[in-house]
Amino acid sequence: MPVFPGRRHKNAWSPGFWAGFAACGTLLLLAVPTLNFWVPPDAPAALPDYVVPLLGKYLCYGLLALSLDLVWGYAGILSLGHGAFFALGGYCMGMYLMRQIGTRGVYGNPLLPDFMVFLNWKELPWFWWGFDHFAYAAAMMMLVPGLLALVFGWLAFRSRVTGVYLSIITQAMTYALMLAFFRNDMGFGGNNGMTDYKDILGWDVHQPSTRLGLYIASALALGLGYLSCRYITASKLGRVLLALRDAESRVRFLGYSVTNAKLFVFTVSAVLAGLAGALYVPQVGIINPSEFSPGNSIEIAIWVSVGGRGTLIGAIVGAVLVNLAKTWLTGAAPETWLFVLGALFVLTTLVFPRGIVGLLQRPSRFRVRAPAPVPAGEQA
Amino acid sequence: MKTALPLTEALLYLNGVTVSFDGFKALNDLSLVVDEGELRTIIGPNGAGKTTMMDVVTGKTRPQSGEVFFRGAADLSRLDEAEIANLGIGRKFQRPTVFENLTVFENLELSLADSRSTWRTLFAHLTPARRDRVAATLARIGLTEQSGQPAGSLSHGQKQWLEIGMLLIHDRTLLLLDEPVAGMTDHETEETAELILDLAKDRTIVVVEHDMAFVRSLGARVTVLHEGAVLAEGSVDHVQNHPRVIEVYLGR
Repeated sequence: MPVFPGRRHKNAWSPGFWAGFAACGTLLLLAVPTLNFWVPPDAPAALPDYVVPLLGKYLCYGLLALSLDLVWGYAGILSLGHGAFFALGGYCMGMYLMRQIGTRGVYGNPLLPDFMVFLNWKELPWFWWGFDHFAYAAAMMMLVPGLLALVFGWLAFRSRVTGVYLSIITQAMTYALMLAFFRNDMGFGGNNGMTDYKDILGWDVHQPSTRLGLYIASALALGLGYLSCRYITASKLGRVLLALRDAESRVRFLGYSVTNAKLFVFTVSAVLAGLAGALYVPQVGIINPSEFSPGNSIEIAIWVSVGGRGTLIGAIVGAVLVNLAKTWLTGAAPETWLFVLGALFVLTTLVFPRGIVGLLQRPSRFRVRAPAPVPAGEQA
Repeated sequence: MKTALPLTEALLYLNGVTVSFDGFKALNDLSLVVDEGELRTIIGPNGAGKTTMMDVVTGKTRPQSGEVFFRGAADLSRLDEAEIANLGIGRKFQRPTVFENLTVFENLELSLADSRSTWRTLFAHLTPARRDRVAATLARIGLTEQSGQPAGSLSHGQKQWLEIGMLLIHDRTLLLLDEPVAGMTDHETEETAELILDLAKDRTIVVVEHDMAFVRSLGARVTVLHEGAVLAEGSVDHVQNHPRVIEVYLGR
């Protein structure tokens, strides 16, 4: 039988890929716990306790960036509201953690979180029911962002809102949610958000071992998220997505439902973003409405474009590197950070549109043009 | 409405279709009948409504009034592009539109007559039978060697052929070809005419074209559109000698 070289993704699951994946997994899942937990703290190679949740936070950002790359890099949907899905997942986790405090709060109320007692509320609002059970809360961490994406996406994609217009309404969505969550009577702690967590699943969130556990959970979630995204983008649906990114109406004339394809990846992406937010909250110890701020969502797009849009791995690399730089710079020279971030975005757009991963890869055989350069209006 | 009744034996039946853009009537009470198995060419000066007619049939544009029936039953003016495509109507655009970032092979793979459901597409496998079908189509449109190239790297004529291949592989009942030889060399035009005649043996084809030599080489029934309505219909010789046609279109 003749061999056709035309299948780009025939090697998506090659032994080489699995070897690389296993190597990264081993590094994340073995090296970090070993250096932190089993190496004596005074040894030079020891990883101090405060670094573990920081690394865990980067992995959550990596998962968040991955979720954006799935919709932006492959389906051309530049969502500038992915921070909203992240924050909603985070709030669901925050609600669970608040319910775990029990009588240990300042007011010692066994049922109501402190901020509700403070507001003189007498009973738990209905939407807080069930959040004392982890399984229920865990389901909500994915269902709430997923449902919002399903409804929002259905309305937007059915009306064929694309390009900048879609980016703008996603910004409006996250901004509206931010304003709503700032209100005290929404029942989510207003502008203070939720903090002072005690336990997660019975373990003290401040214990190094618990933080290591959360770090490992983040690494596993990132690994699973990556495999799911790789499966989707390597499938025939992945090629439908690439096709509609470049010529949406042509895909319709082939008989594919553009609305359904977009809705599917948008919802999967929101679920992954929600999961990232849920893992992020116990590691940073707080969730508040500033997570919904439009600027946060734009920053995610910068991570993805710095790392390399439409490559999946690039999104993770970009998120981790940009946030490493952020952690370092906001300590060393805080006032320069926003300028550096802006310069990074301009540089990636103008000088290396295929991002860091694009610079490292040899010129792709398959791409005629660089994966359509960054500007938001591309698809309009 | 008498929607469900088979009104006609014709494969494609347009009755009193009017489309206006800001008062300009792109189609003006157009009626057109194409029979099953027919090869039909449609000519007309710029702005005669040729492309708008295809837009109406494929669901891109909704008519303000009139009916469009496929197989006498399906009212196309109520369906969207994907639903119409799934009835078996394929379209080739005026400007070749292939998926430039996908390979030639992948372009054909997406056009295979498989389930279009998002879920099934996610779990689809490229079976040997499907691969053979792609291989056969590649051979037929002469792009076997370019199989692994991105479609964006093809020449203009090759893109036109790939697009025809994308219609071919699906085994559609009705093909609408909008200026299939635009921008082709004479040699490529001849080959395309042969390919279309070959395809017309087992399906219905409507060709919109400017190139009179090409229309003549197809030797099919010709419909002349003018200002959104049918001006004349018949053989190439008949319409070329038709006084009104000469006046508005050929005479200049």
